[in-house]
Amino acid sequence: MLNMNRRNVDYIARYNERSSYPLVDNKLKTKLVVAEYGVKTPKLLQVVRQQHEISHFREMAEDLAGFAIKPAKGSGGKGITVITGRDGDEYIKASGSRVDSPFLERHLTNILAGLYSLAGTPDVAIVENLVESAPSLAKYSHQGVPDIRIIVFQGYPVMAMLRLATTASDGKANLHQGAVGVGLDIGSGQGLNAVQFNRPITLHPDTGLALENIQIEAWDEMLEMASRCYEATGLGYMGVDLVVDANEGPLLLELNARPGLAIQMANGRGLLPRLRAIEALKRPHFTPLERSRFAMETFASN
Amino acid sequence: MTTRSRLPFYIAVFLLISAGISLAVWRHVELGIPWLTGEQRPVWMVEARIDFDAVDGSVLASLNIPEQPPGFRILTEQAASPGYGFSIIDTSGSRRAEWSKREVSGPQTLYFKAQFIPDPDAGPEIPAREPKTPRTFWEEPEATAVQEILSQAEARSSTPESMTRELIRLMQPDSRTQNTTLLVSEENYLDLLVDMLNHSGIAARTADGLRLEDARRRQQLMPYLQIYNGKRWLTFNPKTAEQGVPEDLLLWRQGAASLLDVVGGENSEVSFSMLRQTVPALQLATMESAANGLGFLSFYELPIEEQSMFRMLLLLPLGALMVAFMRIVIGIRTSGTFMPVLIAVAFVQTTLVPGLIAFLSVVSIGLLMRGYLSSLNLLLVSRISALIILVIFITAGLSIIGYQMGFNTGMTVTFFPMVIIAWTIERMSILWEEEGAHEVMVQGAGSLFVAICAYLLMSAPLAGHLTFNFPELHLVILGLILLMGQYTGYKLSELRRFTPMKAYD
Repeated sequence: MLNMNRRNVDYIARYNERSSYPLVDNKLKTKLVVAEYGVKTPKLLQVVRQQHEISHFREMAEDLAGFAIKPAKGSGGKGITVITGRDGDEYIKASGSRVDSPFLERHLTNILAGLYSLAGTPDVAIVENLVESAPSLAKYSHQGVPDIRIIVFQGYPVMAMLRLATTASDGKANLHQGAVGVGLDIGSGQGLNAVQFNRPITLHPDTGLALENIQIEAWDEMLEMASRCYEATGLGYMGVDLVVDANEGPLLLELNARPGLAIQMANGRGLLPRLRAIEALKRPHFTPLERSRFAMETFASN
Repeated sequence: MTTRSRLPFYIAVFLLISAGISLAVWRHVELGIPWLTGEQRPVWMVEARIDFDAVDGSVLASLNIPEQPPGFRILTEQAASPGYGFSIIDTSGSRRAEWSKREVSGPQTLYFKAQFIPDPDAGPEIPAREPKTPRTFWEEPEATAVQEILSQAEARSSTPESMTRELIRLMQPDSRTQNTTLLVSEENYLDLLVDMLNHSGIAARTADGLRLEDARRRQQLMPYLQIYNGKRWLTFNPKTAEQGVPEDLLLWRQGAASLLDVVGGENSEVSFSMLRQTVPALQLATMESAANGLGFLSFYELPIEEQSMFRMLLLLPLGALMVAFMRIVIGIRTSGTFMPVLIAVAFVQTTLVPGLIAFLSVVSIGLLMRGYLSSLNLLLVSRISALIILVIFITAGLSIIGYQMGFNTGMTVTFFPMVIIAWTIERMSILWEEEGAHEVMVQGAGSLFVAICAYLLMSAPLAGHLTFNFPELHLVILGLILLMGQYTGYKLSELRRFTPMKAYD
């Protein structure tokens, strides 16, 4: 098992350059930099940088059905508001509640003031196209979009899990808030076992669906996308969060320079042996494709 | 990305820790700063009282005072003598206290007080030059008698020490022969001994010693014999030939010609009284540090106000160590990294229970008010600023209400850092909204637990004593914290977190 102290000292501190942090801590920068490496992200609709630009937001949002407002420097999903539809002048949030546009404008103001940013520093708000989850995965999740977390170590995808929102997690995909984590076999994208609140489960607590037979589509494409983020950011140890859009396929949601350890619980396996195996490689592979192939062969569970 | 060898790091940490410990040990040995609080050291307070009758006119009284007596160190010296000018005169080989006054008549009393610390290592400096041995001229028949006794003693001895012992033995009344009876009379015994030793080429002199006994008054000095053996002066009891200075013997006069000179007075005499006192070892070290070359390494010479400030500041590393340990090794979640330390510092000033009550009430009232603020949708900076003002109102209110109700403890609220409390409330409130009350309880209880642990550590008298008097021990704390920064093992709390994983093994 990889523990918190070892993750911080031996992996994050050693393999992640400080100078690369702003790249992943700022979603806007992430979007721009990974685009150069052919990694797709949800379409950027608007960037609100100044208080006076908020007035443009209403014009822009006029003809949109669904979108997501995110603070660029937010962490842990804080400050993200997802609008799924319209009802007259009111917007419908993912949770089903209705809000009016002054509410959204106030939310934007809060984001600019740095309410959700990591160090309370002034922030910018980004408005993105709404991700429509592929129905094969969406059925497992209670509200929210299921996302896939892949740990990428020195460009090799080493471990992955699917995160499903629950009522307990309030539609968020954060494991410590009660979301379900399903470990995924790196070799095939097949579900391994699932945990909620660190305890193994077999059925989704809300939808009641069995979690064993989950199969992620376009798995090798996603792994290659994840390994490509290594070239884009230079971070040796990071978490790559992907979603599968019904229309556009796999999209990158965000990168994380300090990915949590709960993925080990979801997989029922420790990260440490896999990280050691990568560290022991004498001749690392140079292309993302080679690396993801290598990982699929080496870390497959069967 | 290369893995740097950690050896230099560990060597540096080892050096830090060993430097800290060895500096502390060195200062303990050199300055006598005690390891524990409340350690007591005996100190002898000796008072010399000079009485004389002044013949009308001016008076100059000069008393020989100890200079590096073997087995003792001088701590303080003072003179009490109304109307007299006083000074201590240091000439080669002797220190003298001098009193002077222009117009004096009638009986006079002068006092000289000194404190002595027993110290087995203390001793006189080694004389730079060999002392001279003046030869005495004796008339016949004494000359022959001296010659015979000396040759007799010389025949039975090999060193200056044994020669002295033999000579003393030969001069004793029970072993007296014709020769000695001829020479010795009661008054001149010691002077004769000195003259004879000098005559035989061994430098000798007299010394006066004071037997230290608790609460004695009107004691007189006892004469001793000192000889020079080529390296240093040795002390002998002229009656028993016993060599060395007993522990309870303070040599008041060594080497100087006279004990007391009074010009312009008569019937002068000196008597001594003494008292055994105990002084805290720390106070002793403080008093001596100024005189010692190592004094600059300590805080004792700073103004008292700064000293008390440093007392507080130097406790902080202990709190930081506690927080680092609790978070890295135990894995307790706290709200704000070093908030617990600052709370603990406040607890040190308020004491624990009143501090806890005050802290909890301020934070809970603040959380209630913050609930209203959050419905106003204010910007972050103005919300925090408003919160700071509210926290000041709360503390003022609690102080006034507490005081009117007769609880002085209400006043202790003011020791809490307002800004820190405001931030704590803000963070807790956001945590409440985002993660629920449970997480607030976990982090709040964690913070308080760490704060209480840090408080217990910092308020221990020994901790305050060691951190202030051995500031170099902070190097050890620094080393420990650096070491913890390299700790990659499991946290205690992770062992619990990862238990479900056992199922897969």
